[in-house]
Formats: sequence, structure tokens, C-alpha cells
Amino acid sequence: MKRTFLLVVLLGVVCLFTLGCSRSSNQTITLAGSTAFQPFAEKLAEHYMQVHKDVRINVQGGGSAVGIQSAISGSAAIGMADLLELPQEAKELHPTTVARDGIAIIVSPQNNIQNLSAEAAHDIFTGKITNWKDLGGMDAVIRVVSREEGSGTRRSFDKMVLKEDKLTASSLFQNSNGTVREAVASDPNAIGYLSIGLVDNRVKAVAFNGVAPTNQNVKANTYPLARPVYFLTKGEIKPNVQAFIDYVLSDEAQKTLEKEGLISVK
Amino acid sequence: MRAKRSKLLREIPRFTRNRLRNPPNSIVRGRLPRAFGARNDTQLMDRLISKLLFFAACSSTAILALIALFIFKEGVPIMAKSGLFHFLLGREWSPLQGQFGIFPFIIGSLWITFGALILGVPLGVSCAVYLAEFAPKKWVNVLKPAIELLAGIPSVVYGFMGVMWLAPIIRTHLGGPGLSILAASCVLAIMTLPTIVGVSIDAIQAVPKSFKEGSLALGATEWQTTWRVLLPAARSGILAGVILGMGRAVGETMAVIMISGNATAIPTSVLDSVRTLTANIAIEMGYAVGAHREALFATGVVLFFFIMILNIVALKVSKRKF
Repeated sequence: MKRTFLLVVLLGVVCLFTLGCSRSSNQTITLAGSTAFQPFAEKLAEHYMQVHKDVRINVQGGGSAVGIQSAISGSAAIGMADLLELPQEAKELHPTTVARDGIAIIVSPQNNIQNLSAEAAHDIFTGKITNWKDLGGMDAVIRVVSREEGSGTRRSFDKMVLKEDKLTASSLFQNSNGTVREAVASDPNAIGYLSIGLVDNRVKAVAFNGVAPTNQNVKANTYPLARPVYFLTKGEIKPNVQAFIDYVLSDEAQKTLEKEGLISVK
Repeated sequence: MRAKRSKLLREIPRFTRNRLRNPPNSIVRGRLPRAFGARNDTQLMDRLISKLLFFAACSSTAILALIALFIFKEGVPIMAKSGLFHFLLGREWSPLQGQFGIFPFIIGSLWITFGALILGVPLGVSCAVYLAEFAPKKWVNVLKPAIELLAGIPSVVYGFMGVMWLAPIIRTHLGGPGLSILAASCVLAIMTLPTIVGVSIDAIQAVPKSFKEGSLALGATEWQTTWRVLLPAARSGILAGVILGMGRAVGETMAVIMISGNATAIPTSVLDSVRTLTANIAIEMGYAVGAHREALFATGVVLFFFIMILNIVALKVSKRKF
């Protein structure tokens, strides 16, 4: 008796699982890639699914490199990448710019530096200037905090600020925007960089070439440190995927992105 | 006679005893076909269970073999391509430019591990000596579980403590970035304590009582007995505990990522920031594709050898008698 009951319950569970599967395989769009854009994509997907009940959108992270790879291999319908320049292997993909993201250089609030010229920033991050007093600050060693190799933020920053040169060997590494902020907030001599949307009052964002790092300035093209967020698709775009991309580009979705701290493309 | 027989029976566990008194029908009649050459059902059951246990034992070894196979398959090609020497002794790690030198990380792992041992071993062994030899019973009952509890604290909590509390202290009082070898070693020393203390206590308690009694009878003081007799006698066990603790320190990842700063340069002082082998894998895994990913697997291969060597040494040492 007990066994039969257990068997029935087990069967029911199996049925539920298979039901769940059949429903999700109905119309699923998978997005993968950039961890910086992932939370925004999740938010947009949620809004979209509330209106389009038959569509399921699956948002995965993994980083920009994973976004490119999974778009090429087809394991994701849309690959998300926030790189300044797409690598060679992404040439076969079709990029759609869905948003822009500014990068702010941050220091501790105790640091009296307000502005960095492009040259000074280059020299700090390449290790040519190693003391704050060379920039008119206190007499203390500059602690450079960077991101790990492969990060989209890092690649864009290196391209725009370091140009062809190498990051200083004494740099510390943190593996997310949040931990960079933490490291800079707790060390009065540190300098780092992260997405403008994630700057808060525990760190101080310094002006770059005299222009304050704000979303308005990025939009007005006066603040140069910004990178596009791409949706990468391969070959013919399926109608339901196109519908989602259209939604992301719509005024409503772009407004949501702007409210969350990104920069709209319009 | 009968009394003697029942006395004999009492020595046998109850289950077997009952079986002997009232053998089940199947054994008496022996009707069912049997596998594994078993004479009867009981024996069949025994053999079946022993076979099952054999498979269970094999499966864990098989998993180890599979993991090793997979890591090697993914990691060895890149080692061969960039040259084993170049890979192990190369000083530059910039995977996007095709530079895969993990020498700074090997040095980083060694620095942090030995730092942890230098801080942790004296503390752990003296703690073990006190708990095994000198502590009153009620203190042992409090201290021993408390030390064991240390092992249960998730490493991310240790890391968080290190970042929020230890690193700023080191930065303001000793200089440097704070996130450093010293900070990581301090935290790892605490994390290895449970292993070192636990194994050392067992080793000290395993020394025959006669050693201690003999020494005391010859007029040695308690301290002389501990230092000259107990510790040398328990040496191999304590060493095994230290090496196991070392394995834990080498393999620790989360806490180390948070408090070592992860710089890729070779450190010149204990206040410098370093990256360990484990941290290198964990930090870059999210973005790694192609050769970069293979290089991370190759880092795993090196780590695998590190841990294997440590464990084999620990096994050999703990088997050695004095």
C-alpha cells in the first residue's frame, strides 16, 4: 500500500518534470555572455515574459568571451558582449548595439585628486607614475587595482587608456566590479575602474581630461571612456528572437536601462 | 555440556545465534538457484553485499581517475605547445597575448603555504600538547570541539574577515597594499589549525604510556618528558598532520582570492600581493576560452601534482615508526 503510494507520487513528479520541459522547449530564447549586462538582461527578460506568456527567456552569464563563443556555436540565440572591439572570431556574427556602458576611474574619497588627464591615467596604469605626489597628491605609493585577464571591462579600459602598452606588473587584481569597488574604498592609495552605474559614495569617481564620468556626458560624447553592449546573433535571425531584440531597442526598454544606470543607444 | 554450549553461543552475535538455532527454511531445503557459487541464501546475500561494497569502493577511485584523465587531457596539450619549461618557469602571464608563465603563481602558492605553516605549526602543536597532556578534562571538553568548529566555518567567511579587518590593519601598521602574503598566511594558519591540532593530539595520545612513565620514573620533569620523549615519539604523526594541513593551505581558493590581492608579479617581501595556482584558475575561469582555458587546466595539472606529492609524503611519513 505504502509502496504503491510512493510509486504514484514518483510518477507524478516525473510527469511534472516532463511537463515543465515540454513547456520550456516550446519557445525558448537563450542569452549568454557579459556578466556586466546580465542583471539588466534579466530584468528586461522578466518584463518581456510578462507580456508574452508563451515565450521563455533564459539569461546566462559567463562573460563576454563566453557570449561570443556560444553565439558562434549556436548554444545561445543571442550572445551578449561588452567589448570595445569585437575579436576576429566574432566577424561572422551580427552585432546589434543595445546599450552603452561608461567606465569610471575611481579612487578613495580620502584622495584629493579630482581630475586625471588621459596621459596621467595612462602613466599610472602602466606604472610610469608610482607616487601620488607626482600628480599633486599625498606622498604615497599608488596602488593600481585592475580586473582579471579576459574581462570585458578590462579589455575596453586597456584599449582606451593603456593603448598598446602593458598594465603595470605591480597591479592587484579583483574579479568583479563589486570587489574592485571594495578594494578601492578600503585603501586610501588605491585607484581602479568600474562601470559608471556601479559608482557609489564609498568611492570617488575622478574626471577624465576634465570631464566628469556621468551618463549625460557619455551620451553627449564628451566623456570618452565608454563601451557598447552588443547582442550578437548568427545568420538568419528567428522571428521570436528578432521580436525580443526589437523590444530591447524600444523606448520603454531603453528607459528601463537608463533608470538602472546604463546609457541608452537612442 | 548444555550449559557450556549456551555459554559458547552467547559469545556469538545475536543475529547469527538465532540463525543457528532456527535456520530459515530456504537454508534447510536449498531450493533457490544461487549465484556467485554460494551454498545457501545467507552466503549469497553476504557475497552480494560484499560485491556491492566493492563497487562502491571502486567508484570513488574511478572518479579520481576520471578527474585526473580529464584535467590531463585538457591541460597537457598547452603545456607541450608552450614547452613545459617555459610554462613552469615563465615569468609572464598574459594569456590573451599567448604568454603562459605560471612561475609567479607557483612561488605565490609556496610563499603563502609556508607562511601559513610558520605561523600555524607552533601554535597548533603547542595547542595539541596542552590538550593531550596538560589540560584538565573540562578544558579539553571545551577547547577541542571549539577547534574542530573552526573547520566548519566556510572559507568565504575567513576571506571576508581578512579583507575587512586584517588587511587594513596590515596596511596601516606595516605598509604595502594590505592584501598580501602576510594576510593570506595568517588566515590560512587559522584554517589549517583544526587539521594540525586534531592529528597531533591523536599522535601524542598514541605514544605508549610506558614511555612517559619510564621517563618520569627516571626523574625527568613533566616538561622534559614532553619535549624529549613524547614529541620525538609522536614526530611522524605530527609531521603527517602538518603535511595534511599544508595540503589544505595549497588547495584553499576562496579565502585566498579575497585576501592575497592576486597580483601576477613575483613577490619580493611578505607585504607584497601574490596570486596562487588555485586563485589563478578561479579568477579567470569565467572568461577563459581556447588556449587560455587550456592554460588554466594546465595550472590544474600542476596543482594536482602538488597535492598528490604532499599526500603521498604524508602517507609515507605517518607509516614510518619513529
